[in-house]
Order: sequence, then structure tokens, then C-alpha cells
Amino acid sequence: MGASAIPIIVVTAFWFVVGAILPWFVPKGPNRGVTQTVLVMTACSCWLFWLCCYLMQMNPLIGPEMSNHTLLVMKQEWGSSWKA
Amino acid sequence: MPLFRSEEMTLCQLFLQSEAAYACVAELGELGLAQFRDLNPDVSAFQRKFVNEVRRCDEMERKLRYLEKEIKRDDIPILDTGENPEAPQPREMIDLEAAFEKLENELREVNQNSEALKKNFLELTELKHILRKTQTFFDERESLMETESMTRALIPEDVTSRQVVAPHNLGFVAGVILRERLPAFERMLWRACRGNVFLRQAEIDAALEDPVTGDQVYKSVFIIFFQGDQLKTRVKKICEGFRATLYPCPETPAERREMAIGVMTRIEDLNTVLGQTQDHRHRVLVAAAKNIKNWFVKVRKIKSIYHTLNLFNLDVTQKCLIAECWIPVTDMETIQMSLRRGTERSGSSVPPILNRMMTREVPPTYNRTNKFTAGFQNLVDAYGVATYREVNPASFTIVSFPFLFSMMFGDAGHGLLMTLFALWMVIKEKPLAAKKIQSEIWVICFAGRYIMLLMGVFSIYAGFIYNDVFSKGVNIFGSGYKVNLTDEELKHHHSAMLVPDEANGHYRQTPYPFGVDPIWMMAENKIPYLNAYKMKISIIFGVVHMGFGVILGIWNHRYFGRSMNILVEFIPQIIFLVFLFGYLCILMFIKWTKYYAGAEDQTLTPGCAPSILITFIGMVLFKYDTVPLDGCDNYMYPGQVTLQKVMIIVAVLVVPILLFGKPILFKIEMNKSKNHAALHNQNGTAEGEDVEVAGVPQTDGHEGGDEPHEFSDVMIHQAIHTIEYVLGSVSHTASYLRLWALSLAHSQLSEVLWLMVLRKGLMFQDWYGGVLLYFIFAAWAALTVSILVLMEGLSAFLHTLRLHWVEFQSKFYAGAGYLFVPFSFENIMEVQPGEE
Repeated sequence: MGASAIPIIVVTAFWFVVGAILPWFVPKGPNRGVTQTVLVMTACSCWLFWLCCYLMQMNPLIGPEMSNHTLLVMKQEWGSSWKA
Repeated sequence: MPLFRSEEMTLCQLFLQSEAAYACVAELGELGLAQFRDLNPDVSAFQRKFVNEVRRCDEMERKLRYLEKEIKRDDIPILDTGENPEAPQPREMIDLEAAFEKLENELREVNQNSEALKKNFLELTELKHILRKTQTFFDERESLMETESMTRALIPEDVTSRQVVAPHNLGFVAGVILRERLPAFERMLWRACRGNVFLRQAEIDAALEDPVTGDQVYKSVFIIFFQGDQLKTRVKKICEGFRATLYPCPETPAERREMAIGVMTRIEDLNTVLGQTQDHRHRVLVAAAKNIKNWFVKVRKIKSIYHTLNLFNLDVTQKCLIAECWIPVTDMETIQMSLRRGTERSGSSVPPILNRMMTREVPPTYNRTNKFTAGFQNLVDAYGVATYREVNPASFTIVSFPFLFSMMFGDAGHGLLMTLFALWMVIKEKPLAAKKIQSEIWVICFAGRYIMLLMGVFSIYAGFIYNDVFSKGVNIFGSGYKVNLTDEELKHHHSAMLVPDEANGHYRQTPYPFGVDPIWMMAENKIPYLNAYKMKISIIFGVVHMGFGVILGIWNHRYFGRSMNILVEFIPQIIFLVFLFGYLCILMFIKWTKYYAGAEDQTLTPGCAPSILITFIGMVLFKYDTVPLDGCDNYMYPGQVTLQKVMIIVAVLVVPILLFGKPILFKIEMNKSKNHAALHNQNGTAEGEDVEVAGVPQTDGHEGGDEPHEFSDVMIHQAIHTIEYVLGSVSHTASYLRLWALSLAHSQLSEVLWLMVLRKGLMFQDWYGGVLLYFIFAAWAALTVSILVLMEGLSAFLHTLRLHWVEFQSKFYAGAGYLFVPFSFENIMEVQPGEE
């Protein structure tokens, strides 16, 4: 069970800037409202999309099932074991 | 905020002095902000005031079209500078008419002349051929006569004396006929003259030009010998019937030679004259081609101005014209200014008057869009134009449409292709628009370039989340999985699952930071795993989208002064949605965070993770007595049973409020106004109100739009709405599962393309593998673009559109308005070329 702090902070901060900070800086003009709406909606939906994907993988119930060939190659290329 | 609601419109009355009217309407046409109403609806087109001017414009257009046809016939390029000339003054119209008349007459004359010249030329050419070919015929006849004289000696005197006479009296006609007609001609001659005529023919090798049609035809020269006058008439009649042209051919060779020389000189002269005529025509057309586009625009502007003037009313004093128009309130100043400009240009002294009128009619819906937002507004309007001043979903569609599209299209590679194409269209906007390509598919594609750009960009993002780039996963941050099995274990089993609990050491215990872990792209159980994920996010985003739609309804209720509706419509709707389907989403989040492989607490292991669907069904059916599996807990959190029961009961209770709330309020208001009227009657105020308010105003449709006025109407309306909402919430939520379905289809298609096409190409060894790969890549690329980008793109576009139109907009959108169609030269110019 784990959620690493860094990715959460980075991604959330990025979308927070896009959705809550940038709208204040949209230049005045006829399109101000539309641009603000676009920024906020983009930030919300993209952040939620990322969040669902992250949560889904945070506590996996099953793991990937692969053929032993693939596993052998993986072992060679990616190293084995997270344990020290 | 623009685009949140349609603009406020007002009906205005416009008083224009007759002299100034034309110029003012021209100015308004350039501005394009006023929609004129027809004040003479029952007058036929032929009885209107300016019908003569319209007719003159039609005449001018006809002449211009004739000119255009001639220019195109000669393949002269028409110059299109794209400039926009102003509408000419009425007095200029006469000049234009005269110019066109002159051009048309000149062209017609030139055409006639050249036709006559060509006919002449044809005759002379045919004569030339005849003179050449008949020489041989006459030579043959000479030899015939000689053979006759030879036989004379052999045959006894008395017999030959009769035969000698014949050759000297042979008459002949010479002419030219179409080759196809020759066999029939011969047969007819043979039958009609009983075989007593003699035909010789020779083909003309060169093709001749028919002057009328301009086609190239093949003809033959013929000469017919006959004896006697009767046969002569018969032969001539047959020639006429077969449309063979006869030419006078002299008998003696000397005369023939003279004639031939004369014909040659005449042909040469004719050629020169013909050449000069063509040059003259060409020059006239080239000069006309420079201005023809300009003229077209001017004439169309004049015509549209007069059509608009025909809508106006002439007032009693015959001195000024009255017009009624819808204009946006914020633009009144601009319109006043352009009217003043128009009056100045026409030199009139009386300023035009613009009056606002109070009316109960529903104004048209006007959304001010720029080139970016216009596409999205079109998507919304295609389903139904927004009711006047209701919330406009277009501004939200700018993001929600590409986002939902990207959830279905989710491949970064294909998204990149789409983005590049859209980027090209956007960057090269101006030159592409100027080309005015007529293909309908291109027009639609080009109009949606900004939509496509956004769809592509969001698809790239979704592609990174789904970790799908042309069906391959990318490993940017390092996978969270490693293989913690010994080689021995691996050799013994055909396949293995890397169980992600902490003990096994396969899984890092923190997830891949951005998107789906790349290891899943190689896993055999990828599809069940991703299915669970995609179905859940489809429902989550579906509920969010629909909830957003319901919330937008609040602004509609408040604006139209129906605040009570918030209590009796919005609250029940949102409670129903959130307590049932919002809770479903919450269950999903709980399941994601609570249960994990290798949990110490047995109840939290994957084996005990409850199926959300079963839980939800149990909740709705009040079924709480299932026996849990060994070591597992039936429930996800303490108090779940009570909470669920309460939520279902509240959700069910909310339905009657939705059903009866509005009608009851309506009834209360009705009673109130009845009491109010009764009070008035007692006080003896205006009798007029008596009739109106006594019962329910039944036929009066002007009371603030389309609200029904009978209690039964309201009840039925609300019943339909309730049933639609309640049943709809279930079906619409399920409908959002198409986000999962299409995304699965897309990824499977692209995977198949990789497995069956490109991978096979990459597996070849040796040098010829390279050559084969070249062709296989071409096939893979063609299939990718045509099937995955175009077909899937179109399919996902369609489904996203449906989700917006049906699932989202049914929660708050009425869409019963009509579009604001201003009198604008720009719109008219855009439409016309397509119609031609």
C-alpha cells in the first residue's frame, strides 16, 4: 500500500497552477471568460484522469501475468527484485 | 461573460428617409448586426416596391454569367484578388448596366461572326477536297470511255451505234457527306434509281470542324454519274435528304484547276480573318476577366440591398421607410454610427431614427463567436439552437468534447497525427480559406480545425495516461515491477503472475508516477485489468459530466425567475444522482484505496474485495443477507448498511417531490392570482381584467414564452420530465460505458495492426528484410491512417457528440430558440459561390 509523495505533489501542483493560478492572469478582452473556463475545466478533468489512474495502481489487487520468455528477458534487462 | 448566455436582443424600429435608405442599408449590410423582419408578409414578390430594381439586377447577373461562361470556355484564368468592393450607389447601377450590355453585345457579335466565318471556311475546305478527289474520278471515266472505244471495233456496227451515245450525255453531281451516312446513302441511291446511277467516293483524311457544335467530324467526297433529267432530280432529292452538301464542279480539268487556285486563296484569306476575330474575342474576354469577380460581388450586394428594402414599409407620407429589426443591445451605438455614416454618404439631411420597441415576442438567439469558438457553437446548434438567454453549453463543450473524445481515442501516436494535421490547417488558415475548395468533406474538415486540434492534443495526453503509443507502451519513469523469480522457477512454469504483495518483491509498492505501468502492455492479463480500470473511470466521468449538467440548470432557473424550481427540481435531481451514482463512484474510490495484495488484515486482501456492481445491486434491492466468504467482511466500512439504506430511501422519496413539486407550486400560484383578481373585482377596478383572469388564460400565448397554463398540462409535463430523468439517469450512466468500449476497440485494433503487419515486417532477417519492411511499413501506415485515425476518429467523434447532445444536455438544455440571421454581406457572399 503506498503512494509516493513526489509524483502526487508534482502533478497536482502543475494542474493547480493551470487551473487556479493561470486564470487570474488571462489578459482582459472579450475572450477572458471563455479562456478562464477552458483553463479550469482542462485542469480539473486532466487532474482527475491522472488521479484515477494513479489510485488504480496504488493498491493493485492482481499483478501482470506473463510468459516465462518475457519474464526471463525482463529479469535480464530490468534487474530482479526490489529487495536489496 | 460572452458565450455563457446568448446576447440580449431588442426589437428596434428604424425610420429612414427614402434617399438615405439605400446607403444606410448598405452600411448595415457591411456591419452584419441587424436582422430585418418582413413587414409585408402578405405581399407577393411581384408587387413589392423595388421589384424593378431586383429585376434589373437579375438581368445584370445573367449577363455576367454569360460572360463567365465564355471566359471559362476559352480557359482564361479569372483573377480573384479577394477584395471586397463596397456596394455601389444607385446611380452607378446604370453605368454598370450599360457596361455589361456593351460587353454582351460585343461578344455575341463576335461569336456570330466567327460562326459564319467558320461555316464559310468549311465549305471552301470541302470544295478543295472535292476538286482534288474528283480529278481521279474523271480520269477513270476517261479510261472507261477508252475501253468503250476499244470494244467498239470488236462488236458489229449496228449494236455499238446505240451504245456510243450513252457516255457523252452523262451528267454528274459532286458533294460531301458524313462518312457514317455513306453506306445508307449508296443503298438508297441504288434502290431509288434502279441501279442506273454510278457513285464513286473517297474519304477526306483530315477531320473538319463543324461550325455550330465545334466537333471534329469525318466526311467523304462523292460523285454521282447519271443520265437524264429525271435521275438528276431524284439524285438531288436524295442528297438533300441525307444532308450531303452539293458543290458545282466544272467539267474540264482546266476549269477545275483554276477553281482550285481560287479556292486556296480564299481559304487563306479566311484563315487570317478568323485568326483576327479570335484574337479580338480573346482580348475582350481577358479585359473582362480582370473585373468579373468584382462585378459579381457588386451586383450581388445591390440585389441583396433591394431585397432588404423590399421588406420595409412605406409610411403614409411616402417620404420615409419604416423597418423593424432585431439588434443586440450592446451594439446599438455601432449601429447608430453606421446609420449616420450612411446618411452622410447619401447626402441626405434628415438623420435616421432608431427606436427600441417593447415586444413580447421571443428574440432570436445570438452568440458572438470568433473563429475558435464558432466550431463548438456549431456543434451545439446542430442539435438545437439555445432558447433565448438560456445557458449556452458551447463554452463548456470546448473542453469536455475533446476530453471525452480523448478517453475513447487514447493513443498518443494517433493523437499526434491528428494534431499535426489540425496544426497544418490552423497555421495555413488564410491561404487554405482563399482557395475556396468545393469538396464538401474538406469544407467540414476545415471548419472543424480547432476542434480537431484540441481533440488531438487531449488524445496525446490520454495516450500517455493509457500508455499507448501506436499500441506500444513507453517506459519513461521505470516500471514498478521487477522479476523476483529464480531461473529455475521460470523454467518450470509456462507463465507466471507477478503478485504485487510486499512479500514477493516483484512490485515496488509505489505506482508508476504518470499513467499505466508499461509492464501491463506485455502482460497476458492486460485486458481484464484495464477493463476494470476503464469501466470505472467511464462511470466516474459520466457522473461528473451529468452532475455538471444538472448544476448548470441552477443558472437557468435563477435567470428566468423560477427560483422555486431550484428547490423542487434541482435539489431532488442532484440528490437522486449523487445518492445513487455518486455513491457508486465513492465505492470505487474506496475499493481502490482500501484493498491491496499482501494486506495483513485478511479482510483487505484481494480475495475479499467486493464487486462494486454486486454491492450496488444489493443496495438497490435491499439485499443484505449474503454470507461472506471465509475470513472476509461483507462490508467495506462500518455503518455501510445503514448509510446505504438511508440513501436509497431518500433517493426514492425525492422522486415524488420531483413529480409533484412544480405542479403544486403552480396550483398555489393560480389560486393566489384568482384571489388577487377577486379582490380587485370587489374594489371595482378595471373590468378588462375580469375576462382575462377569471379562469386560466387559455389561448393567450404571449405570457412570457411557452409555459403551459392548464394544471393538467403542467402535471403531464412534469410527469414526463420525472420519468425521463429517473430512467434516464440509469440508462445514461450506463451509456457512458461507451468510453470504455471504444477505447478497448481502438487499442485492440491498433494492437492487431502491430502484431499482424508491422511486427511481421520487422522479423525478417537479411537484406531483403529491409526491402520488404519498406512495403510493409507503407501498408501499416496506410491502414493506421485510414482505419485508426480516420474511421476510429470519426466514430469517437460521433459518440462524443451523442454523449453531449443526449446525456449532458438533457439535464438542463431546452434548445427551443431560433438563430439570429443578420443581414450581412459576408454571409451572402459565402453562400452564393456554393450555390453556383
